[in-house]
Amino acid sequence: MREIREEDIGAVAEGAAVLGAGGGGSPYQSALVLRRLMRQGARVRVVDASEPASDEVGPILAGMGAPTVGIERLPTAGRFGHLVEAVGRALGRPAGFIAIGEIGGGNAISPLIGSAESGLPVVDADPMGRAFPELQMNTYMIAGLRPQPLLLEDAKGVTALLEHLPDARTAERYARALTWAMGGGAGLVLAAVNADQVRHLAIPGTLSLAEAIGRAMERARRRHAPTSEGVAEAVAGTRHLFYGKVVDVERRTAAGFARGTIRIEGLGSRRGQELRIDFQNEYLIARTGDRMEDVLLAVPDLLVLLEEESGRALGSEAVRYGLRVDVLGLPAAWEMKTEAALAVVGPKAFGYDVDFRPLPGDLLGRAAVPA
Amino acid sequence: MHVGVDVGGTHTDAVLMDGRRVVAWVKVATTEDVATGIEQALAELVRSASVPAERVEAVMLGTTQFANAIVQGRGLVRVGVLRLALPIGTAIPPLEDWPPDLVRAVDPVVRQVHGGFEVIGTPVAEVDPEEIRDAARAFRAQGIRDVAITGVFSPVDPSQERLAADLVREVIPEARVSLGYDIGSLGLLQRENACVLNAALGDVAERVVDGFSAALRRLGLTARLYLTQNDGTLMAADLAKRYPVRTVGSGPTNSMRGAAAITGIRDAVVVDVGGTTTDVGVLVAGFPRPAAVYVSLAGVTTNFRMPDVLSLGLGGGSRVREEDGGVRIGPDSVGYRLTEEALAFGGTAVTLTDAAVAAGRLALGTHPLPPGRDRAWGERVLAEAARMAEEAIDRMKTQAGEVTAVLVGGGSVLLPDALEGVREVVRPPHAQVANAVGAALAQVGAEIDRVADLDPAHRAERLGALRQEAMERAVEAGADPATVEVVEVEETPFTYMPGHQVRVRVRAVGDLAALPAPAGR
Repeated sequence: MREIREEDIGAVAEGAAVLGAGGGGSPYQSALVLRRLMRQGARVRVVDASEPASDEVGPILAGMGAPTVGIERLPTAGRFGHLVEAVGRALGRPAGFIAIGEIGGGNAISPLIGSAESGLPVVDADPMGRAFPELQMNTYMIAGLRPQPLLLEDAKGVTALLEHLPDARTAERYARALTWAMGGGAGLVLAAVNADQVRHLAIPGTLSLAEAIGRAMERARRRHAPTSEGVAEAVAGTRHLFYGKVVDVERRTAAGFARGTIRIEGLGSRRGQELRIDFQNEYLIARTGDRMEDVLLAVPDLLVLLEEESGRALGSEAVRYGLRVDVLGLPAAWEMKTEAALAVVGPKAFGYDVDFRPLPGDLLGRAAVPA
Repeated sequence: MHVGVDVGGTHTDAVLMDGRRVVAWVKVATTEDVATGIEQALAELVRSASVPAERVEAVMLGTTQFANAIVQGRGLVRVGVLRLALPIGTAIPPLEDWPPDLVRAVDPVVRQVHGGFEVIGTPVAEVDPEEIRDAARAFRAQGIRDVAITGVFSPVDPSQERLAADLVREVIPEARVSLGYDIGSLGLLQRENACVLNAALGDVAERVVDGFSAALRRLGLTARLYLTQNDGTLMAADLAKRYPVRTVGSGPTNSMRGAAAITGIRDAVVVDVGGTTTDVGVLVAGFPRPAAVYVSLAGVTTNFRMPDVLSLGLGGGSRVREEDGGVRIGPDSVGYRLTEEALAFGGTAVTLTDAAVAAGRLALGTHPLPPGRDRAWGERVLAEAARMAEEAIDRMKTQAGEVTAVLVGGGSVLLPDALEGVREVVRPPHAQVANAVGAALAQVGAEIDRVADLDPAHRAERLGALRQEAMERAVEAGADPATVEVVEVEETPFTYMPGHQVRVRVRAVGDLAALPAPAGR
């Protein structure tokens, strides 16, 4: 067991923004909430996936909603703590730990706030190793786990308990509609999981990975090196894909998602080339042309845009004309690259008729896919 | 005729302009109290131009005083902070992320009260008048009269902020109230931060504006007085007293606007070469392209739009070194000690100015250059300076192809007339006082930032209404109705949401309306 302290928040948030791969929202506000709780004496204990006893259960915590609404409707104190209590009531016994729903972006911090508010330890693992836009896009749901029970709590303390949801896609539909009715933002328990399920289904060590990425970026900054060097230090499979200037961002809203295309014109050694990135909140695919071999990277591998001046990872909502960016590719965790996972989070699941050609390696540098 | 004044850290510049023509200009040292320097500059300007004082119709002031007051935490007043958001938003109270020193300087009394709106315009909670009166009584008990009020989604509906302001004035009749809706755009924390900073500047704003008005009266000038804002437009002096924070980033804006105004060029890269740095910015349709990210002001995050400027360590005083058979310029500079430390002035520092002297580009200095610092060396160094500028221009360009570059600032002579990627290099007259020219020729504008329901059936009608409102606000701010135009419309959809809620930003600008001609002219 270890602890996350106030001085660690910045690194976790910065690394989480990288793992957001364009989505997950900015961790800025969540980080402020967590810092405030810690200054008031709250503690966040972190345990490995192997530590909770087999009979313990815990909620998968995340925030749900539109980041553009979240910048006005600031977080309300105590919401995740209430959700942890509510899930205990629904299960008829108290939760023993907190499970992370999404390690990318602001959602990496939400479970830590839940931990600070409830006193329960948070498990160092998540079910995607990045951010994804929909509730079925994680290893728990891909493995066939049901979203049971699903809870949403709005900013005023209204709690919704959904039971008997047949599958994650149905959950996505109900939760989306309820979140809208709740003002565009809500705290979410996707499901309750037991310790064995976390051990077998989640990707271990991703909270530590976020912190390690953030720390390596800090070190790079201190020696006046680009932060991309830091990311490559922390994630061995990192590829530098492109360097250039954003020359166009075309946005459209489709079925409630911010979809669009970013065009980046090459600079330096990439002069004369152009990279096109499609996004649906998260960055989905990077291409230099229209042929199959022009695809440099596609989901579930991670596309990361680092803004040159600040060195920080850019969310897709913040990309705009004229920004200079390094484009990095990070290999997804192997759990996201199985046949079953690719059916839900591969390029075809997002409507692209391209084959997934993975970057070599694993997000956490693990040797091989176990049989 | 208009007078533009730019108060910088080192110099106070003033120009007298007849239309787009510079009639006279002066440069004096900025004084400790600022006002004396301004008065000296104006007196000298009026005298040297021998123009009757009554022919000056308007005086435009660009100043760093408000920014300095915030950075130094000096002269700030205590602020009563009212946030209309309960029961939500409690996890991040006001001023949560401020530097402790600045919190002490503002020494706020904070009250979170019921109120705010949802994105669709329904209230989060109704305003409770007694709760607000109670907060105001708490402010009054501490002798506070400067109050900052910010409500959730007030850009969607400002009515609660206005109601709260009325309630505060019931209790504190002499209150100076800053409303988030008037000051910032979407992003509650950033808008609230800007609003609190604005309120904290209450005394400084009155002192600066009143002092400047008094100086004009002593000089016999009856001209209208304006201050320049971050976006390059003007604000009447009485409004500037209420919204001083809108002026904090006007320096680079004025310089770029001045370059545009002098040349008449609306789309160009502007390269401002000074003693220590070169600032490269981009003019789009006559206005500086804004920076993308949140702007930090003395460690406080705000959401003003500031110009996007790339600063290079390249200027007249930059040190020059030989490295690996090549030349390295800067980023360090001898700065204002150039006339003591540079080779051409008998010093030992090798500077970019020395290279320009060696190459025959500049004729100045008091001492001959030492052996080896010949024309070929000077040209090699200047070629490296040009390469650095070319790289910066290319990085700031937003489209492929060649651009027009406008060179301003005292060091612009260090750059050549031909630059790679540049169609045409323009060196406007009076480039050394481009800031003051930019202030003198600033336009009047208004920006609205709203959440609107743009469903296809009503889209055209609702966008039209927003454009109309932006233009009306510009006219209220003093723009000539005949010249007002919408210069920017930006739509940002909300993600993860059904419906057609869209964030719309509309900006309208126009020329400053002329006063009716005085009798007998």
